[in-house]
Parts: sequence; structure tokens; C-alpha cells
Amino acid sequence: MTPVHTEPLQVTPPAEVAEVHFDDDMEKRIREILKRYPTKQAAVLPLLWMCQERWGWTSPGIMNAVAERLELAPAFVEGVVTFYTMYQTEPPGKYLLQVCTTLSCQLCGTSGLVDHLKERLGIDFGETTRDGRFTLLDVQCLGACGEAPIIQVNNDYYTELTPEKLDQLLDELV
Amino acid sequence: MEPILLRARGETNSRSISTYLRLGGYGALKKAFIMDPAAIREEVKNSGLRGRGGAGFPAGVKWGFVPQDSPKPKYLICNADESEPGTFKDREIIHVDPHMLIEGIIIASYAISANTAYIYIRGEFVEEARILEQAIAEAYKKKYLGKNILTTGYDLDLYVHRGAGAYICGEETALIESIEGKRGLPRLKPPFPAVVGVFGCPTVVNNVETLACVPHIIERGAAWFASIGRPRNTGPKLFCVSGHVNRPGVYELPLGVTFREIIEEHCGGMRDGKALKAFIPGGSSAPVLPADKVDTAADFDAVAEAGSMLGSGGLIVMDETVDMVWALENLLTFYAHESCGQCTPCREGSDWALDVVRRIRRGHGRPEDIETLQRIARYASQGMTICPLGDAFCGPITSFLNHFGHEFEAYIEAATPAPRKKLPILPVRSGRGTFGL
Ligand SMILES: Cc1cc2nc3c(=O)[nH]c(=O)nc-3n(C[C@H](O)[C@H](O)[C@H](O)COP(=O)(O)O)c2cc1C
Ligand code: FES
Repeated sequence: MTPVHTEPLQVTPPAEVAEVHFDDDMEKRIREILKRYPTKQAAVLPLLWMCQERWGWTSPGIMNAVAERLELAPAFVEGVVTFYTMYQTEPPGKYLLQVCTTLSCQLCGTSGLVDHLKERLGIDFGETTRDGRFTLLDVQCLGACGEAPIIQVNNDYYTELTPEKLDQLLDELV
Repeated sequence: MEPILLRARGETNSRSISTYLRLGGYGALKKAFIMDPAAIREEVKNSGLRGRGGAGFPAGVKWGFVPQDSPKPKYLICNADESEPGTFKDREIIHVDPHMLIEGIIIASYAISANTAYIYIRGEFVEEARILEQAIAEAYKKKYLGKNILTTGYDLDLYVHRGAGAYICGEETALIESIEGKRGLPRLKPPFPAVVGVFGCPTVVNNVETLACVPHIIERGAAWFASIGRPRNTGPKLFCVSGHVNRPGVYELPLGVTFREIIEEHCGGMRDGKALKAFIPGGSSAPVLPADKVDTAADFDAVAEAGSMLGSGGLIVMDETVDMVWALENLLTFYAHESCGQCTPCREGSDWALDVVRRIRRGHGRPEDIETLQRIARYASQGMTICPLGDAFCGPITSFLNHFGHEFEAYIEAATPAPRKKLPILPVRSGRGTFGL
């Protein structure tokens, strides 16, 4: 198996992201991003990504700050956030286990992995373990079907998994 | 066939610009700059290159639709959304040879007089986005991008724009909406993006693999490219094979090889010596074909004649053990999840079809269910929706019923009526919490 190289997410508690401000570094990034597009609105997705990388998830306060910075209605930004699946609107665990459940992966044994995961972690899809370590999600095709079955952990793909390899992976994600 | 798009596979540091230059990279760009943009468009047209993103539209012809006399800026967008289940070739190109893609983007941008280009890449491809950012930085440093490229007076900026998880954003007009910072709801066509695209300006959207072919066409000529493959179906193609074969993966082969050759010779045959039952030839939206079509040539026209489509070249192989009702349920789960919700026939139809197939598989199918599925497939396809996602889930429904209808019937014959339950009271959802009634 590929060596485990996934960093835990730094998830900021809700109270601390009820209202957010962009520091100087972030402002600099924002100005760079804005230069790429002829409209401010086009920076919505990149700004949301920047914020989620910084704070670990996308709180209502973050949506408001992005809306204000780009001179958009907060409801519009919320509409964008909730249309896409990758902006986390609830604080997740340190490791987002995203299991591909689409056809090619299923043909290669995903359901065995899912049973194993649910049993070992004691949670269902959409839930987080009590210790805040893992959040389990079912996702659609990850575009790497030749290496099925696949789980994406935070940003990284782990491929050709078996229950044994999965155990080894979970043990190392601390 | 000699490897073309994957020629750098196996090279050490294949992604670095020095390796690319050593293999002759950016030579085509220099050649392109002494050609007239119109001559480049003509060359690509003559090569017969057809779009590799799914629809197979001739690339040179699409470039010709951009109104050159328009005073507006023009844009080129590289579609790296790669979300069609069964497809993983663009990722391979990015991993093996990102500069080949960048060179293709620069030549295409020059050919349509664009000064800004975006690569729209799916949000899950974090590593791939980083690879591209790094390659772009190298290209800027060597003056292949930026102001006054190679002192020709031509300017081009190239940016990576990350999606955030939505299959529909692979559809070119939804992709454009997404770059503009909105939800990915497809636009009604016409006007086509070549006339009114991103930011209201003429825009060409091309797939990664399409653009990666361009440097080779310029360097070695349209006639050379057209000599690979078959008439009207020219050039090399990346086939991504997944499912029940011994060696799944990405294979570069000339258009027109047979599916049998791909499966038996290149992929080492069926896994565990099982028999082939069915295959999906071009990504999940392509209608399924039964095993007896395995001698079909893998090119746009031959696959269409066999009743399916070459699509993205994502070949999903299923052996004799696969329950086809289960397989259709899996695919419909995908489409019900990914419908953008804009058009009623697609939003409701995908959910409804999923409910019906799920009911059949759980042993509660009803005699009229097959007719119901066929009716849904009629009403959600062929122009009843803004974008082709409707067709994308209806093709599987009709083809699974055509070729494997007996499996659905067998389930229904053995079914027991579902226990009549009172309709559940659905919880009312507010913004954050869920309340019971
Ligand atoms: C629902 C849907 C999803 C699509 N997804 C992709 C995709 O992930 N990648 C892609 O290149 N094209 C995708 N397409 C096709 C694009 O709309 C467009 O035709 C293509 O990017 C044009 O490039 P080409 O001419 O080089 O093939 C999709 C189309 C539809 C209807
Ligand atoms: S089906 Fe799992 S990555 Fe494509």
C-alpha cells in the first residue's frame, strides 16, 4: 500500500467561525485570485476553497464574509455552497473518509469495505465518530476507477483497498 | 502503435519541463507561432480530431465557430472535470505529462485568439491541481506563458479553476456558470459557447485529451494524425478500462480496435476466468452492450451503429456474476444524486426511476414497472431537458431493459407485494436542524 501521507484537517469550532476576518496573507491571496477574472463573482469558488482550507469547514459566518468581500448577497453564496458537495457545512472529523460507491468500485468490492468501515467505526454514512476522528461519507465516482476500490481521505486517494489495507490505513490516521 | 499521448509514461520525472523539452516538447508551439491562426484551425480540421470529452464533435470545426471579428475578448477552457463514471484518462495525462496539455492549450488559445485560458478541474483532484499549478509556473518561467510569449507579441494567461463536487459541471455550459461563480446549472443552447460563453464572450471548451492531441497534430501534420485509426475516426485514443478484467487501467490505442482486443489482449482477459456478460463502452451514460457485441470496433461511428456511444472511452466490464438490476440501480443512484434539479423531467424522473428499480430489486416489483421505466425514459430524454443529463440516465434504462429485460421480469414474477404502509410523515427541514412534525 502507498505510505500514509494524509494530514489531519484543522477544524475550527463553530463559535470561533461565527464571524471571520481575512488576515493580511489571505487578503493578498484574494487580490491575486481577483486578478484572474473580469468579475468579482467568479472568485466565489476559489475564495470558499481558501476559507475551507484555513478553517476546515464552511460555516455561515464564512459564507457571510465571502459574500461581503465580493459584494454579493449572503443567500447567493449559501446557494452556491450548498449546490456543491465538497464544501462542508458542518464541522467534520479530522479525517473525511470518502468512499466511492459508484459502479466500477462496486464491481471490485466496495460493499465489503463499507461494511467493514461501518462496523469498525460504529457509524453510518454522514456521521462522525464520537472522538471526532473520522467522518464517513459516500461519494460518487472519483475518476480513478482503474484502481478500484477507492477511498479519498481528506485530499488523498487510497486505491486498490482491501479490508486489511483499510485497517492498516485507519491505524495510521491519528 | 507507438505511444503518443502517453509517450512519457515510465520516464523518470516525466512531469518536469526539462523532461518534456528533452522529448521535443514545446517544438510544436514554435512551429504554430510561424503559422497563421486560421492555418492552425485548418490543420486541426484536416486531422479529423474529434472531441474526446464525450460528444465527438470535430475540434477544428468548433474553433471555426468563434467569431474572429468580435471585439470581445475570447476564452479557452480546458475541461478537466472528468466525472463520468468509468473515466480516468485525463487524470493519467495530468499525472504523466502536464506540459503536453499546457502546450495544447497555448496552441488552441492562439488559434482562436484567446488571451486568457482556464483549466476547470474537479474539486477532488487536489493532487492533480497542484501538478498543473507547478507545471504552469514552470511554463511561465520559460516564457511559454505570460506577456509576449517567446517574443512573438502574443499574450496568454492560464489559470486553474477548481470545481467543488458536481458531475453536472462537466457539461460545458454548467462549467461556464461554475467559473462565473454560480451554481452549475446548464444553459439553454443556442447561443453556443463559441459565440456567447464565459463572461458573455466567445469561448471554446475542449476536453484534456482533445487538447493533448493538438501539439502532435501541429508537429507531425494532419495527414500523419489522420493515418491513425479509421476514416472519420482518426488518431490515438485513451481507453480507460475498469471492472472485471485482470489488468484495468488506461491504454492508448488507435481508434477502431475492437473491444475484444482491448479486453483480451491489453487487459489480460476477464478476471478469474469468468465469462463476459456485458460492457459499457463509453462511460456510464453510454447504453450498455451485451457480450455478443464485443467484436464491435471502438470508434465513434461503429459504437453508435451498435446502439451505444464511444463517449469518453471509459469501458466498464461486467462478468457473468453481475445482477443487471443491481447495476442499473447503482447507475441511477448516481444520476439521481447528480441531476442539477433545473428541469422537472430529469430531477423527478431520475429519482422516480431509481425508486422503481430499487423496488424491483427488493422483491416488490409490480407488473407495470417495466412500462413505467420506459415511459420515464421517453419523457426525460431527447430534447425534453436543457442539457443531455436526461439522456445520460435514460440511455442506461432503455438499454438495460432491451438487453437484460428478462432479469427485471424474473424479479417481478417472483415479487411479493410490498406491505401497505401508511405514508410516512416527512420531517420538515429548516436551514440547519431537522424538526419532527
Ligand atoms: C452531463 C454531462 C457531463 C459531462 N462531463 C464532462 C467531463 O467530465 N469532461 C469533459 O471533458 N466533457 C464532459 N462533458 C462534455 C462537455 O459538455 C463538452 O462537450 C466537452 O467538454 C467538449 O470538449 P471536446 O469537444 O473536446 O470533447 C459532459 C457533458 C454532459 C452532458
Ligand atoms: S467508480 Fe469509483 S472511482 Fe470511478
